[in-house]
Amino acid sequence: MSEIKFDDNSLALVQSIIKRYPEGKQKSALLPLLHLAQAEFDGWLSVPTMDYVASLLSIKPIEVYEVASFYSMFNLKPVGKCLIEVCRTSSCWLRGANEIVDHIGNKLGIKPGETTADGKFTLKTVECLGSCGTAPMLQIGDKFHEDLTFDKVDSLLDEWSNKTEHSKYLDVNTFRKN
Amino acid sequence: MSKKILLEHINVPGIETLEVYRSKGGYSSVEKALKTMTQEAIVEEVKKSGLRGRGGAGFPTGMKWSFLAKPEGVARYLVCNADESEPGTFKDRYLMEKIPHLLIEGMITSSYALGANTSYIYVRGEYFYIIKILEKAIDDAYKAGLLGKNILGTDYSLDLHVQAGAGAYICGEETALLESLEGKRGNPRIKPPFPAIAGLFACPTIVNNVETLAAVPSIVNNGGEWYAGIGIGRSTGTKLISASGHINKPGVYEIEMGITVEDFIYSDEYCGGIKNGKKLKAVVAGGSSVPILPAELILTTANGEKRLMSYESLADGGFASGTMLGSGGFIVMDETTSIVQNLYTFARFYHHESCGQCSPCREGTAWMEKILHKILDGHGTMADVDLLWEIQGKIEGNTICPLGDAAAWPVASAIRHFKAEFEEFVNNPNSTKKVKHYHNMHNLATA
Repeated sequence: MSEIKFDDNSLALVQSIIKRYPEGKQKSALLPLLHLAQAEFDGWLSVPTMDYVASLLSIKPIEVYEVASFYSMFNLKPVGKCLIEVCRTSSCWLRGANEIVDHIGNKLGIKPGETTADGKFTLKTVECLGSCGTAPMLQIGDKFHEDLTFDKVDSLLDEWSNKTEHSKYLDVNTFRKN
Repeated sequence: MSKKILLEHINVPGIETLEVYRSKGGYSSVEKALKTMTQEAIVEEVKKSGLRGRGGAGFPTGMKWSFLAKPEGVARYLVCNADESEPGTFKDRYLMEKIPHLLIEGMITSSYALGANTSYIYVRGEYFYIIKILEKAIDDAYKAGLLGKNILGTDYSLDLHVQAGAGAYICGEETALLESLEGKRGNPRIKPPFPAIAGLFACPTIVNNVETLAAVPSIVNNGGEWYAGIGIGRSTGTKLISASGHINKPGVYEIEMGITVEDFIYSDEYCGGIKNGKKLKAVVAGGSSVPILPAELILTTANGEKRLMSYESLADGGFASGTMLGSGGFIVMDETTSIVQNLYTFARFYHHESCGQCSPCREGTAWMEKILHKILDGHGTMADVDLLWEIQGKIEGNTICPLGDAAAWPVASAIRHFKAEFEEFVNNPNSTKKVKHYHNMHNLATA
């Protein structure tokens, strides 16, 4: 595990994000900072990571824990290098989401909620991602993969088998520096 | 061809860029508003337009704006609700992805009308790639002098920021959104006070949906009366419909309000009919929360009139035989669809998304999911169906926010219109082993 400390570039971004809110309202930066921390520190939020974010915002650690545990995009335990999130709500279900979940599960030998033994893949089912017109779909990092077929899924799995980096929702360049 | 306002230039190559957007008349409403109109005059035009909140509630936008408190020396905020999470709805994503400057223009003009000098766009976290697009567009708008200090040389200044959510349907409820924007759990607030009096950071705040704000530039440019002349009755203007499910052409369509539902489903301009030549069975017309209607009732009202795509016509007959336009999330189901299984995906959704504050919703949504699972798994009885009916009735109207109602209505309407399908599952337990047992996947956080 890497050391829990942002580099200078990220710290500059943190300061820029905090400036988006009125003086004394820096807690508003909590969600963006947790996203940034999760992206930089192995794809999940450990207690030391959350404590670090609390220190950056001068708030109590409990204020971070209670928020991190509320939102479904924050992982409170380690996930695989590639976090696969398959939508399964109505429109996706109507167009074969269950079959996509089964197909991925069978190929990887895991059930939803599980991580492969080599730590490469985590399979997760999620609720509506707002991609109903291009169902079935799944999300890896910030990318939507839509109108899925088994072939498309297979090539995605191949692609990610060879990658070494973590899937991420964002990086240090996602947010504008004001 | 139907009237296009929001999507008029959607197919122009490069319309996502500031340069091309401006070449098509983009940002002219900012120029007009800031240089020639008072704040009150803009609010008046929006009132006249009859524009109603496009997020789902359909509340008149101009009236909402007129509730904004203006105490001396206190900041006011405009917050754009881009937390689009209602199952079946994906129009705001489309708009922000394809033509981001339209939203930014709407934000600037509306912020000026409301006297806000800082505004936020709260985007659901799953849309991070959209956030990138918005941040780039905002950056370009700053560089062009459309945001920041002294916009276009006037004495009006505005800072606009994007805020990322992190996965919570409830944050589409405006007070939950404000809590989240303050860095807290998305628990809806008790109202009153309404956000217009005490919203973000306890300051007067207006929260509007993406599509609502995107309609403002056209109203400012052409006048409220012009907008009110489009559409039908109190359903003025155009509406983006997100069409999904068993249709030939899923996608986002801008319709002039008042076209028939039949035309929307079957004409080649829109959904292009039911996929694989199947028959229509049912439609959820306005996002997962609104009552599901069987084919005959979505196409014609109980009085035998053709049902129209408008707030009033879709609601005709009340919940006994009607539904709601809601967010315009239009989910179409063919004759092979199991209404009970579809309902199960909704019930699971609402259980997952309940914030847990109010016990009727927290407990009730869990019970409804479990009972539906039991029925689908072949262990149900008709007493379970009665129990479902009873539970939904005890959630509705008994919670702080509308998520409780949203969870209750799909269950009530499925039982109301498709009770025979529940009986089928109860009476044929061996033919119903179709449910996937995906337990414990709500959240990897609950380790």
